[in-house]
Amino acid sequence: MSRHEHLERSIPSTSADPKAEVTLTVNGVSVTREVSTRMLLSDFIRHGLRLTGTHVGCEHGVCGACTVMIDGRAARSCLTFAVQADGADIRTIESEAEEDGTLSALQQAFQECHGLQCGYCTPGMIMNIRAHFDSGEELDLSDEGIRELISGNLCRCTGYANIVKAVRRAAELAGKA
Amino acid sequence: MKPPLFDYLVARSSEEAVKLLSEYPGAMILAGGQSLIPAMNFRLAAPAALIDINRISDLRRIDIVDGNVRVGAAVRHRDLEQNDAAFAANPLLRAALYHVAHVPIRNRGTTVGSLCHADAAAEMPMVLLLTGGWVTAEGPSGQRDIPAEEFFEFHMTTSREADEMIVSATFPGLPTGAGHAFAEFARRKGDYAIAAVGAIVERGADGVISSARIAACGISSRPVRLSEVEAALVDTKLSDDDIHRAGELAKQSVTAPDDAHATTAYRQHLLASLTRRVVRQAAGIMKES
Repeated sequence: MSRHEHLERSIPSTSADPKAEVTLTVNGVSVTREVSTRMLLSDFIRHGLRLTGTHVGCEHGVCGACTVMIDGRAARSCLTFAVQADGADIRTIESEAEEDGTLSALQQAFQECHGLQCGYCTPGMIMNIRAHFDSGEELDLSDEGIRELISGNLCRCTGYANIVKAVRRAAELAGKA
Repeated sequence: MKPPLFDYLVARSSEEAVKLLSEYPGAMILAGGQSLIPAMNFRLAAPAALIDINRISDLRRIDIVDGNVRVGAAVRHRDLEQNDAAFAANPLLRAALYHVAHVPIRNRGTTVGSLCHADAAAEMPMVLLLTGGWVTAEGPSGQRDIPAEEFFEFHMTTSREADEMIVSATFPGLPTGAGHAFAEFARRKGDYAIAAVGAIVERGADGVISSARIAACGISSRPVRLSEVEAALVDTKLSDDDIHRAGELAKQSVTAPDDAHATTAYRQHLLASLTRRVVRQAAGIMKES
């Protein structure tokens, strides 16, 4: 077998659009769906489940807008296939606020500190920070530590200064500072 | 920006994954997917089938074997970074992993996957080469070990055969008392290195360097050992002149042409200053032997 055979354009064998059934927990609710194997988790969340709070920016893992929590850890939903999430526990931005609309401490901090302008990057920011807050790992609330934490999330509006403030404020509100 | 169609196959053991590789020509192994899935989203890769190895628990193990760190093919970067036994055996792993993309990428991306992807600017292939490590390939006729020197052939090209899967990588532990350092320059934190250098230095009680291993990435078509620099450092006492000379010698290892990120001359400048920095750091943190 040639080492480079996989580089040649090839087509799947089983059907025109291979599908698989997945069962996963999203924001505490168990869902079962049939998905195309090639469906990205980001598209499954947005189009399959209509949870459009998760945003899609670059679709190649650079911008961080699509960040969700997979089994407690922040991850790019555009770099994960929905079929890979079979059995996983997914948490999206929709899990942050209470049902009556009361914002979570993290969301309140972003609002208070003006940590967003257009808001496109905010769901990814929040889920990344949420995963870090909930991990039990030590928080480094220096400017440098916070910038390191959010380094995988691009924001084109704010210049980050108010996001850094918001993370620190959120840690205070959550009793972690 | 949507991936092309593919058959999705879940392997329950490495034997099954290898069998599926032979049965499905054009199949690729799916580990963390943090390089493969973007390549598919861009349609740069279009495998007919993906063999998902994430559910093979044997491949999620980090073992310390004879003082060496053996990392299974499904081990996430982040798990290796946070593993204290791996850090104790080889602290360079944590030092280098800090520079690999961002935490959300390291949460899913695998170290062995990064080795197999073999980007010439990636950190972990360089660390495997620097530490004298190897990968273990499993094919239809069994397993073989491939030393890092023979594994990385070119940018994104390895000596893995198409019917083989890399089941683990082994990073040797650092020699007792050896000093180590890792330094990288990238335009933004988490980007691939424009240049990065790692060093392992041993020094005798008389202050004379008894051994030096230096390797770099981002400067050539694959990770490279800086053999001339190593040879020039051994038997010296690391005077300022010795360290200056090491940096000058490092420049000749740059073969990357001018590209969008840097000119060759700029990479030579970076490599020289990073080499001087890691040599100083590795010597400075060295324990008395």
